[in-house]
Amino acid sequence: MPSAQPDHQPEDKRWKLVDLAMQRHDYRPDALIETLHAAQDAFGYLDIGTLKYIATRLNIPPSKVYGVTTFYNHFNTKPKGDHTLVVCTGTACHVKGNDRILAWLQERYGLTPGATTPDNRLSLVEVRCVGACALAPVIIPDGAITGKTSFEDSTAIIKEWLGDAT
Amino acid sequence: MQREELDRYAETQRQFLNGFAHHILVCAGLGCLHNDEIIKTLREVIVAQGLEQRVLVRKVGCMGLCARGPVVLILPEEISYQTVSPHDAAEIIAALGKAPVQRLLLPSDLPFFTRQHKNVLALSGRIDPESIDDYLATDGYTAVLKAITEMRPSDIIRQIQESGLRGRGGAGYPTGLKWSTVAKAEGTKKYVVCNADEGDPGAFMDRSVLESTPHAVLEGMIIAAYAVGASSGYIYVRAEYPLAVKRLKLAIREAQQKNLLGHAICGGAFDLNLQIRLGAGAFVCGEETALIESIEGRRGIPRPRPPYPAEKGLWGCPTLINNVETYANIPLIINRGATWFAGQGTEKSKGTKVFALTGKINHTGLIEVPMGTTLREIVFEIGGGIPGGNAFKAIQTGGPSGGCIPAEYLDTPVSYESLGALGSIMGSGGMIIIDETTSMVELVKYFMQFCRDESCGKCIPCRVGTAQIHGLLEKFCNWTATDTDLATLEMLCDLVKTTSLCGLGQNAPNPVLSTLKYFRQEYLDRIMDPAHSHLEGQP
Repeated sequence: MPSAQPDHQPEDKRWKLVDLAMQRHDYRPDALIETLHAAQDAFGYLDIGTLKYIATRLNIPPSKVYGVTTFYNHFNTKPKGDHTLVVCTGTACHVKGNDRILAWLQERYGLTPGATTPDNRLSLVEVRCVGACALAPVIIPDGAITGKTSFEDSTAIIKEWLGDAT
Repeated sequence: MQREELDRYAETQRQFLNGFAHHILVCAGLGCLHNDEIIKTLREVIVAQGLEQRVLVRKVGCMGLCARGPVVLILPEEISYQTVSPHDAAEIIAALGKAPVQRLLLPSDLPFFTRQHKNVLALSGRIDPESIDDYLATDGYTAVLKAITEMRPSDIIRQIQESGLRGRGGAGYPTGLKWSTVAKAEGTKKYVVCNADEGDPGAFMDRSVLESTPHAVLEGMIIAAYAVGASSGYIYVRAEYPLAVKRLKLAIREAQQKNLLGHAICGGAFDLNLQIRLGAGAFVCGEETALIESIEGRRGIPRPRPPYPAEKGLWGCPTLINNVETYANIPLIINRGATWFAGQGTEKSKGTKVFALTGKINHTGLIEVPMGTTLREIVFEIGGGIPGGNAFKAIQTGGPSGGCIPAEYLDTPVSYESLGALGSIMGSGGMIIIDETTSMVELVKYFMQFCRDESCGKCIPCRVGTAQIHGLLEKFCNWTATDTDLATLEMLCDLVKTTSLCGLGQNAPNPVLSTLKYFRQEYLDRIMDPAHSHLEGQP
């Protein structure tokens, strides 16, 4: 599998964070989820090489590591685009219009939650509920939580990112 | 920490706080955006005017009325300001000790404030969640000290039993009974776990409690661990709540430094180590056995019960699992007594409950009311009614596992039993208000899609049943359903409810069943007329 992320290279400092997470739990198998969090925080995503490395160090079959990674929505196995749009799909955000934004993204750009545009500019992530329901509908463009966004505001942000003038 | 030491810290902090003529409390919860900038600007103005010795700006937890945020509270005058922006800083400071800024004033006599009864939330929005000294100054950790130095574990458990406290996570199991089962269970190693995997969309009680008073949750856990004989514990918290995680980490560190966690707590023979475990976006992990699997580093797939976690939980050891709000109630019960707690609420549901009001309601936010308060009071008095002149249609409690309660039952007093009798559940406390503009069938389809996606796939009724029910609901939404579909829908809901392994599947049909009961016409209206079956997709 081609990968932008190199296999384990000790000189890459980000691996230290991954190693530290495992070390903190004495390399016990139950450190798996904590380690996956650390690796995703460090690299932005979890590629096969990373998963294999973690499997070896924690002495867990790679199939189990893969199973855990794909079971939890929070972990992603593909690199993110230049921008990331997180759309809250909690009930309050749903009834206040985030379903429209998701439908618009699908219709206009063919973008579905978990996917990235072919030009690698935008990744779309769906979260269940960030618990800021008073701010509904909530979107999180590039990590900045934004509330009470109108459909027009949200789509304007996305169009700007994508250089979509129309 | 000994009592004298604790008192000294508390007294020092109280003296420090009392040294200021005015306190400006700024909500630093997730729901009040730009609070960092507001705090920064307020401090700049104070420095520029040389008021550092007179005015103290404090970052505090959630004040509840998120709809009007960012909220700022002036003490000791008890003046609240709403929708504050950094530009208002100079005006707010200029008005200190004088007439308040009318333009920003949030009336303190709103029923939203006056009709609430705050126990768990009493300190929320009043203290700095990132300062253990602030918590100590409000008698924080005195319950731990009392429990460890003056009470036997059996006394504590009896007190919790007598209080009538029931689990605030949803199922309402008697907390004292759970504690006594874990205490009696055989095993040298026991665990306490805090379930902070608040997965219901539209619920944010636990987030707010963790962000506002993390030490109260720790205090409850320490007392619980002492009572059941546990020396290790975990807080399983959602990764979607980064601010809560940050404040919890800090709170644990501060408690360790003050010998309230770790080795020989309060100079006694009791040790407790607490660790945080991050969830990773799986709703099913709120189910206690799935949560245990996840802490052990595996996929969050529920285990069959029995054995219950109280007997065989984490790594096969007796494990006490309680919810955030349950733990936050414990210090209050220890300090004020079981009779005080049992004096609130209804006969079978004691105490107060925190609810998150969201959806089509004016006062979106967090409230705490005694059990037994009616839904009407919650929606129309405290919640301020429905915006836009629309009519109330239903209140959805318990998230995707709960049901929709129509207007004719608005006078129902809230309790575990009454909501259950209406086909809904108390759940963790999320209340979503639905107005006449929302289609119940569409809404229910949303919930079923949620359950379908979140089903772990272990048991067939839930894995296949939720997908089939969702497919049927889609037909109703597309106006292509038939009479047979309606019959199949009812049959499937019953099947999934009675045969699923865990709470996710057992409760997933609740939104469908409750709307079939109270809003059946909406389903019937969407059944395709056989004579026009060629007009697919048309109303």
